[in-house]
Amino acid sequence: MNIIHTIGLAPYLTVSAGLLAIGMFGIFANRKNLLVVLMSIELILLSANLNLIAFSSALQNLTGQIMVVFSLTIAAAESAIGIAIIVAYFRNRHSVQIEDASIMKG
Amino acid sequence: MTVILFYVFAAILIVSAVMVVSARNSVHAALFLVLAFCNAAGLFLIAGAEFLAIMLITIYAGAVMILFLFVVMTMNTNLVQAREGVQRYMPLGLLVAGVLVFELVMVALNYKIDPKIIDVVSQPNLKAIPNTTALGSAIYTHYILLFQISGLVLLVAMIGAIVLTLRHRPINRRQNITRQHMREPVQTLEMKSVNLNQGVEENGGFLRPKDSYYGIAEKDSFGPSPGDKMDITEKRQKGE
Repeated sequence: MNIIHTIGLAPYLTVSAGLLAIGMFGIFANRKNLLVVLMSIELILLSANLNLIAFSSALQNLTGQIMVVFSLTIAAAESAIGIAIIVAYFRNRHSVQIEDASIMKG
Repeated sequence: MTVILFYVFAAILIVSAVMVVSARNSVHAALFLVLAFCNAAGLFLIAGAEFLAIMLITIYAGAVMILFLFVVMTMNTNLVQAREGVQRYMPLGLLVAGVLVFELVMVALNYKIDPKIIDVVSQPNLKAIPNTTALGSAIYTHYILLFQISGLVLLVAMIGAIVLTLRHRPINRRQNITRQHMREPVQTLEMKSVNLNQGVEENGGFLRPKDSYYGIAEKDSFGPSPGDKMDITEKRQKGE
């Protein structure tokens, strides 16, 4: 199915840009919870995937979807490692607040 | 119909993304993220990426978010809940997001797609074969090296996550290979000459192995430590 004929490329890119902005806002404005930061990173990766899929569909080229497969792999690995780091951090400090992670601040 | 579906999915996606970053409770944030991923899968479906839509639901809503929820619920909810004073960094976040949106709007106002690009990159036989078949035939031929490397990345992530969270507790009893190799039969076996018509009782009852059970345990593993009350090695050797 080609989205050029039905919806067009621009709405997809707009939704993706909105997701990116919301994810960035979540990372920067949120200083309370490390888990929400990880979720914001997931949102940003999702917006990148949405862009790749939209262009893949509009240009009728499969390469974008293949890149999404690999990006999903990397995102899964990233979230697994991130959650492991958060668990180790919580075990040492009994907190997941970002402000408590200032031991390397100098 | 497709257009209406697109806007419904997109609206729910954006709203749930906003709820993810603004929810006070981490559990609610994780559940809204599941909703966001399901709607993104709907957008993928509209764009024709059926396999990736199913993969998104399976991997994210099925695996990663369960991991998130598991971790959130393992932690103490009072500690995970939001501390007041978020407003301090709100202007910074709004500034960054605003600059980002401004840049993206500038790009959107000025971009131009080369009209001939579809002739260059399009793969005309894509419509004839199903999406999953096309993806498989591309991944397992041209992209096989990347595919294998992404498997290695997952392996490294798995090992890394295990190493990061593994904690040696003194509960588990571990094998001490050196001790096993250094062990002589005399230390554990006692040969007795047994007369005829004598049972176990007449020979002193059942004997435990002399040295094996009550030896000093390896450090950090279960078992008596030197000088412990349970350490009766010396008593055994004296014959008590």
